Amino acid sequence: MSLLEVRGLTTAFRTERGEINAVEDITFDIDEGEILGIVGESGSGKSVTALTIMGLLPQPPARVAAGSVRFRGETLTGMSEPRLERIRGSGISMVFQEPMTSLNPVFTIGEQIMETVRAHEKATPRELRDRAVEMLDKVGIPSAAKRLGDYPHQLSGGQRQRVMLAIALACRPKLLIADEPTTALDVTIQAQVLDLLMDLRDEFGMAVMIITHNMGVIAETADRVLVMYAGRIVEQAPVVRLFERPEHPYTRGLLECVPTLEQDTERLAAIPGSLPEPGRRPPGCRFAPRCRWRIDACRTGLPPLVEQEPGHASACIRAAEIAAQIGAA
Amino acid sequence: MSGAQPAPLLKLEGLTKHFAVQSGGFFRRHVTALRAVDGVDLEIQAGETLGLVGESGCGKSTLGRMIIRLIEPTAGSIVFDGVDITRLDMQALREHRRGMQIVFQDPFGALNPRMTVEDIIMEPLLIHGARHDDAARKRVDEMLGLVGLPLRARSRFPHEFSGGQRQRVGIARALVLNPRFLVCDEPVSALDVSVQAQIVNLLQDLQRDLGLTYLFIAHDLSVVKHISDRVAVMYLGRVVEIADKRAIYAAPRHPYTQALIAAVPVLKPRERGRGRRVRITGDIPSALNPPSGCRFHTRCPYVMPVCRTDEPKLAPTDAGHLVACHLMDNQESNKG
Repeated sequence: MSLLEVRGLTTAFRTERGEINAVEDITFDIDEGEILGIVGESGSGKSVTALTIMGLLPQPPARVAAGSVRFRGETLTGMSEPRLERIRGSGISMVFQEPMTSLNPVFTIGEQIMETVRAHEKATPRELRDRAVEMLDKVGIPSAAKRLGDYPHQLSGGQRQRVMLAIALACRPKLLIADEPTTALDVTIQAQVLDLLMDLRDEFGMAVMIITHNMGVIAETADRVLVMYAGRIVEQAPVVRLFERPEHPYTRGLLECVPTLEQDTERLAAIPGSLPEPGRRPPGCRFAPRCRWRIDACRTGLPPLVEQEPGHASACIRAAEIAAQIGAA
Repeated sequence: MSGAQPAPLLKLEGLTKHFAVQSGGFFRRHVTALRAVDGVDLEIQAGETLGLVGESGCGKSTLGRMIIRLIEPTAGSIVFDGVDITRLDMQALREHRRGMQIVFQDPFGALNPRMTVEDIIMEPLLIHGARHDDAARKRVDEMLGLVGLPLRARSRFPHEFSGGQRQRVGIARALVLNPRFLVCDEPVSALDVSVQAQIVNLLQDLQRDLGLTYLFIAHDLSVVKHISDRVAVMYLGRVVEIADKRAIYAAPRHPYTQALIAAVPVLKPRERGRGRRVRITGDIPSALNPPSGCRFHTRCPYVMPVCRTDEPKLAPTDAGHLVACHLMDNQESNKG
């Protein structure tokens, strides 16, 4: 049994144009201590997947239309709010992109860490305070004991993200979901926070689901990767395999269209067109209108996610053919 | 600099912007200077792209806006095409500003959402005295073709477009007056990665076809390296290093540039953690109260006593490679 088991998950939203599936038929596992990267652009459904797992989407307008989420063998989909509350924080916790909007501006950071612990554990005020100092220390806030009384606005962006991590990890969760945790940060601060995340994983042995649009962040952190496009998983693979032998044309495109510091390229290999809006997705393979490998058959049916090698699956009817061509070239 | 070097299209000398910031409580209010840009010298040659990188608060956007005088400088001078435009009045400035335009990260943040694409692209022409006639409409058609938008886009509204298409409209508006010089201020950072490359390629094509000169401002080092000929690195209002892009990425001299490059994630999971040895710690200090001496000394792994007291000058190390760091002084004295 895996720590987290997501099976055929479909989350739909009620809109003026009828019900639209934000994500469709999402299936994956996360093992204890594993870092799973989910990469995708706007509208890919990566954040909706995370919020559905956490049970944090307002229902309505959202609805789990199909599938299930199991955490340590317990089914979370359809679970009552009080029971979910107990799992959030102590079992699964989450950090978001914008720490300023997730921290409460009128409470000190010490109070916010202690509040999280108090909600899940019996502890004396002394123990609560010690835990808060310990957590701030762990996430690299200098002179932690003196900073307990600071308010969020007194901290820099990087420090706020560290405090969010301290709150998220205060109850020793088994799974941390990090949704674009470094997107709002400068590159030197991003590097610090990613290093910290890896160190904390090693120390606490928790699993991490890291959601990002940045292939570089994936390359630096993930053990295994899911690539999402327009609400569906289009490829999944162990990280080295994904970067070295990508199969889906979208994954290839994502890797080829970004310039790198190591290589000089005259011209970037742009992916033409733009991302489809939910509700205006093309029939058949959703990437087909932008794909240089498309054939007529791509427009008719949704390509299934097929495992070509153990642990490496892609949803492209020409995956084997493309791999052979690229390999031969 | 060799004598054969032609006069630069743009020359900045000692360009400075201090914003007055009120602080303190109600009864003890006082005004402090936020030193956003603090004495920047730069030259941009006609036809080149100068990349300007740095982290938030380093002053790169303020610098870009001062150049086209959207923000008034506190001190220093801007010479564009041989004319000092720093203190021109609005009427005289208008003529010169035809030659210099800006592309923003979000071109529609400041525009009326009820303007059609045609209105948006045509507006600069009308401001500069053109009439709303067939010639103006023909010019809009030309611009749509130039940036790769269909002609039917003209009667539509910005919200009907994707981010990449909106940025094409922003570029068309910036180019409608036939400028020679464009400030591109984070033009692709709000776009999805699969769309960024389209806009980067478009900017490169336009530069080649129209002979444009760019100041390309961004925080993404990989994009800046790709599009630029030379790169300038800013930290807390000062330029700390300028060089040819290959030199600055292959052999960065300033410890801040080195840290910035080491912090960029590498797309090779097998080489994970490679940059960890050269991480800098701490946050960027406030521009309200920048550190004494070298502004980077509070985070620099190689800090020396002199760095805390004396501000290093931007000085040449190799041909065309300028660095503001006391470590370079030592190298010079060792050589001599």
